[in-house]
Amino acid sequence: MLQYLTRRLLIAIPSLLGISVILFTILALAPGDPFEELATNPAIPPDVRAHLRASLGMDDPVHLRYFAWLTSMLHGEWGFSFVSRIPVDQLILQRLPTTIAVIGTSQIVALCIALPVGVFAATRPYSLFDQIANTLAFIGFSLPTFFTGLLMILLFSIHLGWLPFVFRTSIDATGWRWWWEMARQSIMPIMVLGLFQGAAWTRYVRSAVLDVIRLDHVTTARAKGISEGSVTLKHVVRNAMIPVVTLVALQMPAVFGGAIVTEQIFRVPGVGSLLITAILANDTPVIMGVTFVFACLVVFFNLVADILYGWLDPRISFR
Amino acid sequence: MMEDDLRQMIGRVQRGTLSRRGFVKRMAALGITAPMATQLLAITGAAPAAAQSGSVPAYAPSRRGGGGALKILYWQAATLLNPHFGSGTTNNDASRVFYEPLAGWATDGTLFPILAAEIPSTDNGGISADGRTITWKLKRGVKWHDGVEFSADDVVFNWEYAKNPATAAVTSGSYRDVNVVKVDDYTVRVEFAQPSPFWADAFVAAAGQMIPKHLFKDFVGANARDAPTNLRPVGTGAYKFVSFAPGDNLRAELNPNYHRENRPYFDTLEIKGGGDAASAARAVLQTGDYDYAWSLQVEDAILKRLEEAGKGRVNIVDGGSIEFVQLNTTDPNREVDGERSSIKTEHPAFRDPAVRQAMALLIDRGALEQHIYGRGGPATANFLNNPPRFVSPNTRWEFSIQKANEILDRAGWARGRDGIRAKDNVRLKFVFQTSVNAPRQRTQAIYKQAAQRAGIDLELKSVTASVFFSSDVANPDTYVKLFADMQMYTTTMPQADPERFMNQYTSWECSTKANNWQGRNIVRFRSEEYDALFRQAQGELDPVKRASLFIRMNDMVVNSNYIIPLVKRPTVSASLNNLNPVLSAWDGTIWLLGDWYRTT
Repeated sequence: MLQYLTRRLLIAIPSLLGISVILFTILALAPGDPFEELATNPAIPPDVRAHLRASLGMDDPVHLRYFAWLTSMLHGEWGFSFVSRIPVDQLILQRLPTTIAVIGTSQIVALCIALPVGVFAATRPYSLFDQIANTLAFIGFSLPTFFTGLLMILLFSIHLGWLPFVFRTSIDATGWRWWWEMARQSIMPIMVLGLFQGAAWTRYVRSAVLDVIRLDHVTTARAKGISEGSVTLKHVVRNAMIPVVTLVALQMPAVFGGAIVTEQIFRVPGVGSLLITAILANDTPVIMGVTFVFACLVVFFNLVADILYGWLDPRISFR
Repeated sequence: MMEDDLRQMIGRVQRGTLSRRGFVKRMAALGITAPMATQLLAITGAAPAAAQSGSVPAYAPSRRGGGGALKILYWQAATLLNPHFGSGTTNNDASRVFYEPLAGWATDGTLFPILAAEIPSTDNGGISADGRTITWKLKRGVKWHDGVEFSADDVVFNWEYAKNPATAAVTSGSYRDVNVVKVDDYTVRVEFAQPSPFWADAFVAAAGQMIPKHLFKDFVGANARDAPTNLRPVGTGAYKFVSFAPGDNLRAELNPNYHRENRPYFDTLEIKGGGDAASAARAVLQTGDYDYAWSLQVEDAILKRLEEAGKGRVNIVDGGSIEFVQLNTTDPNREVDGERSSIKTEHPAFRDPAVRQAMALLIDRGALEQHIYGRGGPATANFLNNPPRFVSPNTRWEFSIQKANEILDRAGWARGRDGIRAKDNVRLKFVFQTSVNAPRQRTQAIYKQAAQRAGIDLELKSVTASVFFSSDVANPDTYVKLFADMQMYTTTMPQADPERFMNQYTSWECSTKANNWQGRNIVRFRSEEYDALFRQAQGELDPVKRASLFIRMNDMVVNSNYIIPLVKRPTVSASLNNLNPVLSAWDGTIWLLGDWYRTT
């Protein structure tokens, strides 16, 4: 097991290096620069802009810039943002709590919908419940989040006036009021993301359970006279969970990476909105930081998924 | 009607032989608008003039505080709070909450003293007779938020800080060519190498925001980035720092020791950033969640519909920004010494004034205003549109396909079999580029349609804004290169003085390969007469004469038709009906935040 872990971690190093090279080159090839706004401002002479570029090392050749970035990254320095001139890790850390709270909750909501609905629908295939659940799931994942987000804002914020649609990190209240205000402003982004994700997962859970429920060992278990509930839980769901675990594990990096569109619509200050503003401002160090963390998380959660397989199905061994 | 007559009349008003009303009436008969005439009268010493009563709206509250919370929404979020590093309006505005300049620009283009005791003028001895030195008297008793007294040392320090190349300040352009001397603790002298009629750049408005010497003195030069105060500002402003999350949220609270009486009105301040302009408009006009929303580049029809909810109103502040078309003076399709659009070439079609004149007649500015821009884009015939004292009364715009056809026929441009005009193997087929932006693409389409009816074929091209407006030397599609026959964009006028604005048609500013396309003269307009006029205006201390010089420059570029002004782009924002914001076309939104209050 330990050997397996070390091997996997060692393999991760070249792949992460490769990812960073690709990211860096693509960013260097992309047109534009962070001082674009200065270009149209006649009060700022062009040579000031040129000097700023030079002072940030933007005129150096790509490979030099890459190695400078890599060495400082190995030292634990993530570089500083061109636009806000503060360290990238600080910027990301500032955004993490909100991201994890909002996106994390939405994933939990998604699981809470997908698991029971998917399992229940699969145990009674083609019943009325299954039909309704299927239809809703289809609708749910065919509507993009930006659309449902805007619909919700129109309905709950503008038409009914119940919920605010601007997410504020600075709520003046304390105690229960704080939690109440927080819940009021978070419920729309959480529901938009949660329902979308939940709809997609419901379909997966249903089909995974349907595959398992027809197998012989389930019939055997029933023949032994075990109650239907415990057949479903112990013999069906546990076996059906393997593909679902992969899906959920691969979704976990997104909890840290944020949801770009939804965060933008509701003004949630998450990692996703940090990434998109950095991209729009050509703020290379921030884009590198966020995407690289994301890449690391994808690699890491892949590993976690593989280990979870072994726990769910002891026949899978690590070599 | 030139400055001699003008001056005579102003003299008569001053002596009392002509009433002010009579003056304005006569000016109106000559085509000069009333605001321009009153401004001409208001100029006493050298331009720019100090603010008059009425430049800034009256402040009603009779005591400090008690106004509750003020919530402002920016759809672009601020990312840093050091005014010397802030590229872009949002950052300048965010740091302006805490930091103040010696003076700011009121919306009528006059200077309003903030940290200065008064605006320098020839009368108060602030401006020397030769126009080379400006003496600022500072307000006494101003304290930084940490209690330290503000003095001339701070002013001198800001100059040293910004002009140091190692600091890499975006404000360095305002400070590197001047010399600053401390006269005493509350007097500072700014010295120029040449007579400078426009001196209100250093220490004024966004570039003039004062940072405290005692907190920044160890962070000049390369380590400027490490100053802890960069993210925890200590200024002199009406509100004190509470917290800041870059790219998201800025909070501040009332400064009990603010140096202006009874100000500010609000107890706390929150500036939330991010999202998009349309929903920011909604949050103010429709739901009333926020008090003020900044720069709403939203279709006017939508804003009008939102306004119907009755909660808020749209504020339109007329400034100098202008959406215009440039006809390339050089040939983009021929390479000379490895350079396209080289100033050694001439545009094969646009060198004929008839073609340019036809191009100017073929864009329906009235339709642009009515159907595309609405209140956010009044049609104009001038390139220089503000302040009123610099506006030319001599220009008119016209839309007439028939006239364009007549002019082209007369000039010998005959229609070919495909309907496109040509002469001596030059076909009137032009590449027309602009940035990707819905109103611009609609304008392109309108232009193309009209041009087609005059036998001119426009090939439309649109480039992503982040590429079009970048200074990337390797990219051929940037607007500074103008490797196309014509292009369209908006240029801004950051100060209430046209010197920095009108230098974009001087021959030494031509954007060429030699200067890495960093020159501001993108259309590569060259005229010895224009250069001479500009040089004269640079040193002209008489404000009336100077204004008439700029008017002549405007007329020159506009009448050449290389520049076709389309619509003015005033700033559009939204505020709740009960909020009284003090806005200015020449300064940031936050420039006089201390004067904002709520009517209850």
